[in-house]
Amino acid sequence: MPTLFKIALRAIMRNKLRSSLTILGIVIGVGAVIAMVSIGQGAKSMVEKQLESIGTNVLLIIPVSTTHTVTSARGMTAGFATLTIEDAMAIEKECRAVNHVSASVRTTTQVVYGNQNWTTYVSGVGPDYQIIRNWPLESGRFINQRDVNIMAKVCVLGQTVVANLFGTLDPIDKWIRVKNVPFKVIGVMNTKGESPMGQDQDDVVLMPYTTVQRKIMGVTYLGIIFASSVSADTRFEAIEQITALLRQRHRLRPHEENDFTVISQVEFASTIMETSRTMTFLLGSIASVSLIVGGIGIMNIMLVSTTERTREIGIRMAVGAKEKDILFQFLTEATVLSSIGGLVGIIFGIVLSKLVSSFGGWPALLSPPAIAIAFLFSNMVGIFFGYYPARKASRLNPIVALRYE
Amino acid sequence: MAQRPLLKIMQDIVLLEAVHKVYKMGEVAVTALNGISLTVKKGEFVAIMGASGSGKSTLMNILGCLDSPSQGKYYLEGIEVSNFSKNELAEIRNRKLGFVFQNFNLLSRTTVLENIELPLIYGKQLSKPDTDRVHQIIRTLGLEEYQKHYPNQLSGGQQQRVAIARAIANNPTLLLADEPTGNLDSVTSTEVMKVLCDLNCNVGITILLVTHENDIARYARRVIILKDGKVLSDTPSKSSTIPASQALCETTS
Repeated sequence: MPTLFKIALRAIMRNKLRSSLTILGIVIGVGAVIAMVSIGQGAKSMVEKQLESIGTNVLLIIPVSTTHTVTSARGMTAGFATLTIEDAMAIEKECRAVNHVSASVRTTTQVVYGNQNWTTYVSGVGPDYQIIRNWPLESGRFINQRDVNIMAKVCVLGQTVVANLFGTLDPIDKWIRVKNVPFKVIGVMNTKGESPMGQDQDDVVLMPYTTVQRKIMGVTYLGIIFASSVSADTRFEAIEQITALLRQRHRLRPHEENDFTVISQVEFASTIMETSRTMTFLLGSIASVSLIVGGIGIMNIMLVSTTERTREIGIRMAVGAKEKDILFQFLTEATVLSSIGGLVGIIFGIVLSKLVSSFGGWPALLSPPAIAIAFLFSNMVGIFFGYYPARKASRLNPIVALRYE
Repeated sequence: MAQRPLLKIMQDIVLLEAVHKVYKMGEVAVTALNGISLTVKKGEFVAIMGASGSGKSTLMNILGCLDSPSQGKYYLEGIEVSNFSKNELAEIRNRKLGFVFQNFNLLSRTTVLENIELPLIYGKQLSKPDTDRVHQIIRTLGLEEYQKHYPNQLSGGQQQRVAIARAIANNPTLLLADEPTGNLDSVTSTEVMKVLCDLNCNVGITILLVTHENDIARYARRVIILKDGKVLSDTPSKSSTIPASQALCETTS
């Protein structure tokens, strides 16, 4: 066996250009499989992390109909103004499957501290917001019911805002200015990371929603209502109860469409995850096709090679090589070719993943099982596509082979 | 004829009994060998001659276990090989036969040493005594300094000596040489024939030589002439003076 291996290796080294072109197909195939799978895995892990960051059993109620996309200016205004503080309070009081509710309104504005300024989201929320989002504090305290009731000029900062306004300073008890109104920093949130939509969730200033409505925006409606169901199982029950309640409160007739939408973030994230899984599978499958094409390339070259080396085969048979010796020789050659291709392909795939992740800003997670499977598959391709030419060579008639020119 | 004494069969290296070979080419059947019977004893040096189409190549292929007779029996060292399978024939070629071809048939991009060791690789017997014997053969044939060379770096005569070395590397009972001097000039031909004679006289290897040159056939001690797939004549070498082979034997021993 080591001798056969040596013979095969020498035959490959004999024609380096041809051998490298032959393995190129396998290199690209294995590399593509590894790169695609690791990119897909990276996307999946990113979504998974974000799914964790959303918070448990979170439901969003937005004042837009998803079945009826609002396009007109009138429709927009009408749509935006449909949710009220009273809606939020009613949901909290009457929907039994809901345990926490936080009214919310949000705007984009500039916040100033000293000579530093930063444009960010100012988000008005209620005391339950922290529980719903499952978002711990780093320091200080969160907004309480009293802050909401008295429209206190207080705020809690996200990490991105802290970094941009305060740098290394401790922001607690400092005063920031929004639209020339001073607000006292009472707390700092922990890092939350990116949302499934790719937004930086730490780029936010949280205030009591009443404060944002009156002191900053001068409105009475709500932008969004956050709610959480009692448990993950009661999610759909909660959605039904909220929908029924809001339809009743908004006096919608049975034939009228909802002027709001209840979204379960978990479902949303699961959809993204399902999509990314499908993408991984799809990309991997496309990449495997190139592996098969690479295999056909090996078969092609092995067929040419066996024809070219007919006389060599004849000589070997004359001195006593059996059918299986010739079969093994050419099969080993094909397998060694595809293995070298597989190994180079692994390196190529790893480099490709790193390149994509560094230039595309897309995380790539190398998957050892995918690497192992791609390598095994490349060997199988070698054996599968090498078998026919090898068998053809081993079945040659030595007399004819010896006379071949 | 089938009732030959066993001892007699054992003594013969080659025993052919009414061997026929018929090739079917589409509808037409071509008879290449039409009932050949012959024996070759241990240590003989036989030349097979005949015009082209006389069946000498076919006979050579059958004797070399590259082909099987359509009819008749072939005993090699008392073993009937005429109905052996392809694999069994490969093993017989490996253990008992050595080939020397007109066009040398060396592996081109393989060193001289590895070419010579080739039969041993397939015999799975590259043991110490074997490598020792290979080195002995290389010394005998004066190929020491060319061991690491490739065949295309050697002259025709040197290449044929490498082929002879390969043919005897597995210590065969029968050496088959198919026009071994066909591609060589007369000086080199003499040189190669001298090597073959030497192997026959001093090592005792049985040699079957196919040629159509009378000069070359004269080195053998027995000449078989074929015609139309049959043995036309089987006579001791008719050299005008002393047989060339004997002369060589005397000078080398």
